Amino acid sequence: MSSTFAPAPGRAPMRTILGKQIRMELLLTARRGEAVVLAMGVPLLVLLGAGLFDVTNLPTDDRLGYVVPGVLALTVMSTAFTGQAITTGYERSYGVLKRLGASPLTRPGLLIAKTAAVFALIVLQVLVLALVGIAVGWRPEAGALLPAIGVTVLAAGGYTGLALLLASVLKPETTTGAATLIYVVMLSVGGIMFAAPDLGVAGWFLLPLAAHAEALRETLMHNGSVPIGIWAALLTWAVVWLTAAARSFKWE
Amino acid sequence: MGGGDVAAVEVRDVVVRYGDTTAVSGVSLTLPRGRVLALLGHNGAGKTSLLQVCEGFRRPDGGEARVLGLDPVGQHDELMPRMGIMLQSSGVYPWATAGEILRLFASFAANPLDTDMLLDRLGLRKFERTRFRRLSGGEQQRLGLAVALVGRPELVFLDEPTAGMDTEARHTTWQLIEELRADGVSVLLTTHLLDEAERLADDVVIMRSGQVAATGTPAELTSSAAIDVLEVRADPGLDLSGLRAGRTVAEASPGFYTVSGSLDTAGLAEVLAWFAAAGAAVTAINTRRRTLEDVYLALTATQTPVGATK
Repeated sequence: MSSTFAPAPGRAPMRTILGKQIRMELLLTARRGEAVVLAMGVPLLVLLGAGLFDVTNLPTDDRLGYVVPGVLALTVMSTAFTGQAITTGYERSYGVLKRLGASPLTRPGLLIAKTAAVFALIVLQVLVLALVGIAVGWRPEAGALLPAIGVTVLAAGGYTGLALLLASVLKPETTTGAATLIYVVMLSVGGIMFAAPDLGVAGWFLLPLAAHAEALRETLMHNGSVPIGIWAALLTWAVVWLTAAARSFKWE
Repeated sequence: MGGGDVAAVEVRDVVVRYGDTTAVSGVSLTLPRGRVLALLGHNGAGKTSLLQVCEGFRRPDGGEARVLGLDPVGQHDELMPRMGIMLQSSGVYPWATAGEILRLFASFAANPLDTDMLLDRLGLRKFERTRFRRLSGGEQQRLGLAVALVGRPELVFLDEPTAGMDTEARHTTWQLIEELRADGVSVLLTTHLLDEAERLADDVVIMRSGQVAATGTPAELTSSAAIDVLEVRADPGLDLSGLRAGRTVAEASPGFYTVSGSLDTAGLAEVLAWFAAAGAAVTAINTRRRTLEDVYLALTATQTPVGATK
């Protein structure tokens, strides 16, 4: 009698599981053409178009100084929110999430892997876009890098939470529609190519993209500090949406 | 394999409702360690809903399920590394290749099986670099089976494992399931294929409209009425009136007689003695026993509730 299938169950070390799952998430993102366009193509187009040419009215003469931080904020949103919402929505409808739920990965494991993959992608995108910006004449300050990273982590956390929440409560087609619509609205009024509408502190809470972009401009261009209203807005977004996502997440 | 006296699966009075529809209404069953249990029933009989409860994807609306002694919802994370689950229409990443998918799930396990061996055994080697969405339904099923087995589980759930497979793949799968059983793995499978249940299962639970219609070993379910029908070839046109006491007798075609009812050993002797006394030359006899299919069809054809039989 063979004993090929003699039971020897057990979970691999969580470090291994997370590493393999993150690798798979990144591999699949790289394989999907539209995801790469959304992640790199659109931000590059905006950066070079609005940053170098007088196509829009900006509140400053330093076009690159206004546009590049905005594009960095935009790219964080497109990866952490739009891309994540669409991908997770389809993974649910394909049964991928359920299949993973029937494995030793665990729910926190999946959420950690997804978030880690998002952060890894964001680091890569920000590096590429910043280097392209510098190549065409963008001159950022390095003195306030830490608060710039801080607001970026908060923004990415909030976006990821909202993405996972939408993908949990909406159908995948609806998720795709809603995520794309929000992306376009934010791109228009989020202070990337045009000045954001001046709504005071309330504006930071309504338009996290504008808040994030403004914080990046303050830190990277003016070596300044992040307004407390922006910290509050982005922190609120992160806490609210991550909590809601963790509560509503379902495998099916 | 260890685990003592805790059953692999223990389901007590489980109820599952979707809104106003009751999918499972008070089902109880036990899968002892190292055995194969087949849940048999039409589509919509409640098989998959019951599995959902055992897999921990649904809390039952009534009753209780214990899997390896654990609560499949509350202790899901503890349970999953010990189990292999093959879902119906097993969805995985459409853009990942078969090899990548199997190796991903292998990497989740402490002592995974050799993935190359599994790919070979399931005839998936030539699809190793094929993306999941390019695989046929049967190939996707085979990959789903490989994913369920790769972690060396002590218990596997297979939801319609051979659906969409060709004959060869089906036989390969059956052999694998027989090997699992021989190696001490407990198996809960759903199927609507009677030959599959008859060949593989130690125990069969027939479900109908969310309830257990019958349970037993395939032999118990089919042997309750020894021989169902006796077919006799003899001279045509015999007067059958003397044979009718307690039996149904007919000359189906000239010289071909069918006899049913009270066909135990004495009854068979009586019938043949009657043909001898009638001076008829019997040239062929054939007996037919109930198959699982007859039992199943009889149980699932009527709409009135059938009490559980054992």
